[in-house]
Amino acid sequence: MAIRVAYTGNGACAQAMRQVEPHMVAAYPITPQTEVVEEFAKFVADGKVKTKFLPVESEHSAMSACIGGVAAGGRVMTTTASQGLAYMWEMLYIASGLRLPIVMGVANRALSAPINIHGDHSDTMGARDSGWVQLYCKTVQEVYDTLIQAVRIAEHDEVRLPVMVCYDGFSVSHSLMDLEVLAEEQVKGFVGRFTPRYPLLDIANPVTYGPLALYDFYFEYRRQQVEAMATAERAVREIAEEYASLSGRRYSAVEAYRLDNAEVALVSLGSTASTIEYAVDRLRDEGVAAGALRIRTFRPFPKDAIREALEPLKAVAVMDRSESLSGWGGPVGIEVKAAFYETEARPLLLDVVYGLGGRDVGVDDVREVFGELKKATDAGKMSDPVYYLSLRE
Amino acid sequence: MVVNLKKFTNKPELFTGGHRLCAGCGIATIIRQVLMAVENPVVISNATGCLEVGSSIYPYTSWKVPWIHSAFENSAATISGVETVYQALREEGKVAENIRFIAIGGDGGTYDIGLQALSGALERGHNFTYICYDNEAYMNTGMQRSSASAYGSWTTTTPLGKVGRGKTIRKKPLTDIVVAHRIPYVAQAAPGHWRDLMTKVQKALATEGPSFLNILQPCVPGWRIEPHASMKAAKLAVETCYWPLYEVVDGVYRVTVKPKQKKPLAEYLELQGRFRHLLAEEQQPLLDELQADVDAVWEALLNKSAPAETKTKEE
Repeated sequence: MAIRVAYTGNGACAQAMRQVEPHMVAAYPITPQTEVVEEFAKFVADGKVKTKFLPVESEHSAMSACIGGVAAGGRVMTTTASQGLAYMWEMLYIASGLRLPIVMGVANRALSAPINIHGDHSDTMGARDSGWVQLYCKTVQEVYDTLIQAVRIAEHDEVRLPVMVCYDGFSVSHSLMDLEVLAEEQVKGFVGRFTPRYPLLDIANPVTYGPLALYDFYFEYRRQQVEAMATAERAVREIAEEYASLSGRRYSAVEAYRLDNAEVALVSLGSTASTIEYAVDRLRDEGVAAGALRIRTFRPFPKDAIREALEPLKAVAVMDRSESLSGWGGPVGIEVKAAFYETEARPLLLDVVYGLGGRDVGVDDVREVFGELKKATDAGKMSDPVYYLSLRE
Repeated sequence: MVVNLKKFTNKPELFTGGHRLCAGCGIATIIRQVLMAVENPVVISNATGCLEVGSSIYPYTSWKVPWIHSAFENSAATISGVETVYQALREEGKVAENIRFIAIGGDGGTYDIGLQALSGALERGHNFTYICYDNEAYMNTGMQRSSASAYGSWTTTTPLGKVGRGKTIRKKPLTDIVVAHRIPYVAQAAPGHWRDLMTKVQKALATEGPSFLNILQPCVPGWRIEPHASMKAAKLAVETCYWPLYEVVDGVYRVTVKPKQKKPLAEYLELQGRFRHLLAEEQQPLLDELQADVDAVWEALLNKSAPAETKTKEE
C-alpha cells in the first residue's frame, strides 16, 4: 500500500534509497545534499536496511568505491552536489567508460568561485558529456519516482550506464511537498535483484577491468557508449511506462504543458517548470497563447521530441540555469538551437540565463520572459540571442 | 610463518609473462613473489602506473586473478568498494570463498596523489593489504621526482646543472605515516630478500583489518642501472641499511633482516647513475651527511625493535 506523507527532496531521495536497499552506499556529505547521507546513515544504524554504508573521506573516493563495488558485483548508490560532483569529475568518465550501472542523486548547486551553496545547474551541466544518463526532477515526488526508475535504466542490459538524478538545491532538496511512497515490496519488485556482469568476485572467472586501450581500440569503446546512450532513450521510455502502471504516475523525456495551439513557450529543466506552468495558466487566462516544455531527460538529449513539440511555435525561450561561458549562452539553449538546424521551420529562439547561485525566479520574472518573446514575434527577430533575467547590469 | 620455495615453484603463475615491463624491472619480480605467496583467492585493484600500463594493454592481460584499474590516486578507495560489497554479498550467502583484497600503487600513487585515499581506507579499517612498489620517482612518465625520491638523487625534475644538485629534500617517511594509523600490520620489504618479502605478504594477507607493505623496487631506466643489476641494487639497499627490512605488528617493531655487516652507503649509490654525481670528491661532505642519516634511522629502528623471533635466512 502506498502512503502519503510530506517530505523534502532529500528525504524522498533517502526513502527511495532505503526501499531499493542497494548493497552499498558510499557517500560524502555536502550542502545541500547532506540530509540524504545523514538519513541513510540512520536507516543503517536503526537496522532498517542491510546496505553497507561507506563513509568515505571524499567524493573522489565515493565514486571510486562505487566503481569498485559495482565491478565487484553489487548494486551501489551515492549522492552529491556542486564541488563534490566537481571533485568526482575524473571518476564520472571512468564509471561510464567501464559501463558500470551506478545511480547517483545530485542536489544541484552552483559551483565556486565565488562559493555559493544555493541551487543552479552549473554542477551537472558541466558533467553533461561524461557519459551519464541525466534526469532532472521537478518535484519531491519526481525525485522519489526517478531514483527508483534510474536503477532499472542503469542496469538495463543494453544500457549499462550510470544515471544521475538531478534535483534543485534547496527549492526541491529542502522543500516540503506531498509525497506518495510506494510499499517496499512494490519497489523491490520493480527494481528486481541486481544481475552483475563479469563481477570481480567471480573468482573462477577472473576478469581485467580498466585496461589500457590505445588508438587501436579506444575509439570503439567510445562508439559503444554512443550506442548505449542511444538505447537509453528507449529504456527511459519503457521503464517509465512500466513505472506508470505500478504507481499511476507517468513521466516522459520531455513534458509539454499547454503547448496545443501555443505561439510562445518557455523550455526549462527542474523545479522552475512549476513556476512557469503557473504563469502560463495566468497568461492563458489573459488570452496569451503561452505554453511550456520541460526537458526531463537531458542525457540522452531528446532532440526529436523537442523539435516535434516546439517546431510549430513562433518564439521560444530556453531557460538556462547555468552559463557555458562560451560567449553564446547556456548549454541547454545552445543544444536546443542545434536541434533545429535541420528543420525547415523553426521558432525564434531566445536563450535566457537565470537563477545563478540560487537567485529566485518568480511569476513576474517568467512574465518578463514571455514579454521578451512578444517583442520578438512582433519584430520578427530576436534583438539579442541571450537574455540575462533578474540581473543587475 | 616460514615460506616454502618448493611449494611455490609448483604453483601456477598468476602474473603471466608477455607483459611490457622493462627487462630487469623490479615490479614484475615483486608481483610474482606476491602472487606466489597468496594462498586464498585474491582480488586486486591497481593504480595507474608502470604496472598497470605494462600488464593490461588491451586486448591482452597478464592477470590471472580478478583485477581492476580505475585511476591513479584511488587504488585504496576502489578496493574499499570491492571489499565492502564482498562483505554484503557474503552476508547474503552469495559468495562462499574467503577472498583477500590487495590494492597496489607505485610511490606516485601512494606517497603523493593517493595518500588521502590510502589514509581514508586505513582509517575505515577495511580488510585489505596495500602494496606500494616504491621506485622513488614517477617512472611511468619518465623519472620525475616524487616525495619518495631520495635526497640527492637525480630525476628529470630535479636535474643537475650549474645550480641544480638533484633533489634537496628528504624522502617522505611513508611507512611511519602508515604506522601512525595504528593498523595491525605494516612492513618494509625488498625483492632481493624474497623469503622475507613473501613471508610478509602471507602475514599481511592473514591479518584481519588493514595491512601495508612498502616494497623498494629497483627501476632500470630511472635508477640508471643495468637490467641484470636490479636485484643486486635491491640487496644492497638492505645491506647498507638504506632500506631496512622490518615489520610493525600491532605497534611492535621488529627488524626482520639484520645485515651481518652493514655496508657503506656508497656501495649502494655507486651502482646507480642517478647518484653518480654524489661520488665526486667535492661531494664527500654531502655523502657523509647521507651516511649519517642512514645510520641514525637504522639505530633508532634497532632501539625501538623487539628482539628477532628467528633469524631469517636469505639466499
